[in-house]
Amino acid sequence: MNDLQDLSSRIAGFEYKGHQFSCLTIEGEYNVLRVEVSDLEEMPIFLTITEVQILCISYLFNKDEIHQDRIAELNQYLLELSVPMPLSAFSIVDDYYAIFGALSCGSTLESIADELVTLAANSTDSLQALEEFIK
Amino acid sequence: MNIVTKLLTAIRGSAREIGEAVVDTQSLRIFEQEIHDSKENLELAKKGLTEVVAKKMAVERRIESTKAEIEENEGYAIKALEKDDEALALQVAEKIAGLEATLEERNIELESYSRNTDVLKSQIKEAEKIIADHERELAMVKTRESVQNATKSVTQTVTANDSAIGSARESLERIKQKQQSEQDKLEAGIQLRKDIEGDDLEQKLKASGIKQDKHSAEDVLARLKKK
Repeated sequence: MNDLQDLSSRIAGFEYKGHQFSCLTIEGEYNVLRVEVSDLEEMPIFLTITEVQILCISYLFNKDEIHQDRIAELNQYLLELSVPMPLSAFSIVDDYYAIFGALSCGSTLESIADELVTLAANSTDSLQALEEFIK
Repeated sequence: MNIVTKLLTAIRGSAREIGEAVVDTQSLRIFEQEIHDSKENLELAKKGLTEVVAKKMAVERRIESTKAEIEENEGYAIKALEKDDEALALQVAEKIAGLEATLEERNIELESYSRNTDVLKSQIKEAEKIIADHERELAMVKTRESVQNATKSVTQTVTANDSAIGSARESLERIKQKQQSEQDKLEAGIQLRKDIEGDDLEQKLKASGIKQDKHSAEDVLARLKKK
């Protein structure tokens, strides 16, 4: 699984645990696949395939969108949450807080679908759980 | 410096700026070449080790056969002495002395092969460790670089197109609305079922005559007759 177009067309017709996937390729220096998981459309996932891994990122919020006086508390909270959260971890990408998961390039379509559904669900849950930090 | 420390330094430093590569392509290529060369050297060392081990085994075999030969000749010498053939015994003893000299040489040879294999083995182990470390480092650098490029593409899209990522507050409200509307639907469904079940009960009560229609024809007729 190392071609984004191939993955895009295959995952588009795939159904996993009652969820479907709607994909949009964003062309650029590195092509990115924007994936919406049905029933969890609010938190799209951005997927890229590199030499070493398949990377899935969902953006939670911009640093500007959170209460500035509670950033340290939020960071602590996210670090503590990363391990117990299944398959996903928190990170900061540029100015965005993000939740992400990485898979081996040799992953099956089912593993990727599992990752996408889990990540979208984790992202949705996290945003709600972290509401108090959002302005 | 360990790899993670290097990455952290890169993140904190100038590479923080989007688009700037952590390591330029040229040095990446040199690094890859170094790994490739180390692997070739490792292969040579492994081949060398196989040869030395083979030689060591051959010497061991020869030592065993020399020892057997010495033992055999010692037997002959004793028999010659028993027959009081001093001259023959001396001849055999000379042969034994020669064999013993050969044995000593072979033992020295064996020791040198053993030392060689030990050195080669530890060199191979060290080289393998270095290659593994380099490969891990290269993978991390490449990952960081590709992630940086990929996220750059994503954030560019995000900033160019507002709909790509809405504000967190908006997403949150949409999630809540959807969950509320799902909850509403669920409740509406429950209510609907209750209504239908309620209707059923009404029908049954009426059919059995326990509950009567407020406006039945009989009632109307009876009322009219009273007038």
